[in-house]
Amino acid sequence: MNIVVVGLSHKTANVEVREKLAFSPTQMEKPLNALLALDGITEGVIVSTCNRVEIYVTTRDIAGGIARVKRFLADYHNFPLDTLENHIYAHHGEDAIRHVFRVASSLDSMVVGEPQILGQIKTSYGYAAEYKSSGIILNRFLHKAFSVAKRVRTETKIASSAVSVAFAAVELARKIFNDLSDKTVMLIGAGEMCELAAKHFLNNGVRGLMVTNRTFERAEKLADEFSGTAVRFENLFDQLHKADIILSSTGAPHTIIGAGDLGEVMSRRRQKPMFFIDIAIPRDIDPAVNDVDNVYLFTVDDLQEVVASNLQQRKEEACKAEDIVSEEIGQFFKWLSSLEVTPTIVALRNKFDEIRRAELEKTLAGWKDMPPDGQKRLEALTNAIMNKLLHPPTTLIKQAGQGGRTDLYVDAVRALYGLEIGRGQDEELELEE
Amino acid sequence: MSASLFYITFGIYLAATACYMIYLAKPLAQTGKLARWLITGGLAAHVLFTLLRYFEAGHTPITNLHESLSFFSMAVVAVFIYFERKFKIIVLGSFVTPVALLLMLVSSLFPSVISPLNPALKSKWLVIHTVVAFLGYASFAVAFGAAIIYLMQERFLKQRKISGLFQRLPSLDTLDDINYRCLTFGFPLLTVAIISGAIWAETAWGTYWSWDPKETWSLITWFVYAALLHGRLTTGWRGKKAAILAVIGFFVMLFTFLGVNLLMPGLHSYK
Repeated sequence: MNIVVVGLSHKTANVEVREKLAFSPTQMEKPLNALLALDGITEGVIVSTCNRVEIYVTTRDIAGGIARVKRFLADYHNFPLDTLENHIYAHHGEDAIRHVFRVASSLDSMVVGEPQILGQIKTSYGYAAEYKSSGIILNRFLHKAFSVAKRVRTETKIASSAVSVAFAAVELARKIFNDLSDKTVMLIGAGEMCELAAKHFLNNGVRGLMVTNRTFERAEKLADEFSGTAVRFENLFDQLHKADIILSSTGAPHTIIGAGDLGEVMSRRRQKPMFFIDIAIPRDIDPAVNDVDNVYLFTVDDLQEVVASNLQQRKEEACKAEDIVSEEIGQFFKWLSSLEVTPTIVALRNKFDEIRRAELEKTLAGWKDMPPDGQKRLEALTNAIMNKLLHPPTTLIKQAGQGGRTDLYVDAVRALYGLEIGRGQDEELELEE
Repeated sequence: MSASLFYITFGIYLAATACYMIYLAKPLAQTGKLARWLITGGLAAHVLFTLLRYFEAGHTPITNLHESLSFFSMAVVAVFIYFERKFKIIVLGSFVTPVALLLMLVSSLFPSVISPLNPALKSKWLVIHTVVAFLGYASFAVAFGAAIIYLMQERFLKQRKISGLFQRLPSLDTLDDINYRCLTFGFPLLTVAIISGAIWAETAWGTYWSWDPKETWSLITWFVYAALLHGRLTTGWRGKKAAILAVIGFFVMLFTFLGVNLLMPGLHSYK
């Protein structure tokens, strides 16, 4: 049995193509059933995220399976198959296993190490399990992928550092305040990055949010959105001492907060630390603010630098992660190929027995003066010969199965004796490639 | 017997300090665990050494510099272990265990002979006065470790060098909190040490206070920490200012303990 992966990702298809081929996560029953209805496909899982659409199936017939899954993907979304071919990749055997392990470990993600992908695959697998489209092989396969991802996460630092400015800001705040749950964030002005950072702070459990804007209505609107409080711009310095983290992005042509403004603010705060993040260009906050005791000022450029160095670190950690993936592939492949051992031995035995019986019948039919115990003795003789002949290959395949290198022997035995377990197609595929 | 235990303790502290240093460079959970085991084992050996010495000498082994430096080191380790458990901050060890190790090193340089107890010290006050004083000193030493880390982190933040070591050290608030807790732990002990010393002085020398250099410097130390505590509670001296004062306080305290004994002749100069 082979695991086959067919799919497209941010690396092979742009967003216009990806969104046309995406599956709605809430309606997975229909595509999963359609997938299983395909000829020769025994198990199937569909993973669909905004960055990738991938279909994992098991099949005996690799080439045919790939072709059918591709056609299914095109037909299901009414997408021209020849265009699809430009964006699609297909893996089988060890490559398929490596691919899925890498995807789950977030090594194939747009931002390497981002944590969402694992959850998305788990959800996708959840649907497959619910609609019973995954079976013994894919169940084991995906659970293995989850454990590999977990190993990568705990044994490497691939996801340990922030790779977005908003996250870097939250992480930095944790290095100043430790506990964010009693801290208040103040937004000065508005802007996409400012709001994104505010959202991150709220998700990370800050206590409250204040919003101020030259246009009070806009401040109110934003405050409503984040269930914070709006502050009139004129009252900024009356309220500033209540804020621990200040995100500023006004369009002001000059700085709005200077070092001199902070003396009183800090004494009202009893010198509790303040963390300013200046997102505006030109700057909203005088760089001299950073010289005030217990006040820390960062600009977006500073944070961007952090992000860049973290990305570099992730790349280094990714190499370690690849090693882990390679290690685990071996183990899983061992199990997968052991699935082939028993059927091969049974088939070989059946084949031998068939020949033995056929020849025995021929002999017995033409033997006129057979002694009374003749048939019995011939049976015993032929059985003994057959068992002796079968013993070495059987032992060898079984041992190979424990060592994980079954494919070679299993294939050899099947080819030598023309055993029909449906692997004949594999050779064709290898010739095509 | 007690001498070899001293060096065993010294050896274990050395290993623990090395572990904490390795942990600082590469924070693996196993290294941290090992360091914790070592420092705890070292403390056990140290306590055993002190007890043995007590029975050998027949009095609290705190009457010469060899003994009192070792006792100080033991107190530092004990207080450190307490705060490490409380705050779960392993890297604190990277900054405190070297202090304990250094104290042991200096202690080993002084003669370890047991001399008959100075008659003036024969008193139940010896135990109370010195043990309390050293526990106070020890918590100031831990505050010193936390303050050094604070100043490093502060500098990293101000200069925006926030990768590498910065990531492995604790947050400013945590460090400031440790500083404060150590202070509220150490200051009352120092106060009790001074008061008990005065009472003892009255019984031994007939006067509560004689402006002996040790007494004067203890009072200076007390004022430094009192100022820090007062500043914290009233005007919100925290962070950098508090850290700098904790460092200054530590050195003043060291001078009170060592400098006075070695440099200034007086009633307290037990060498």
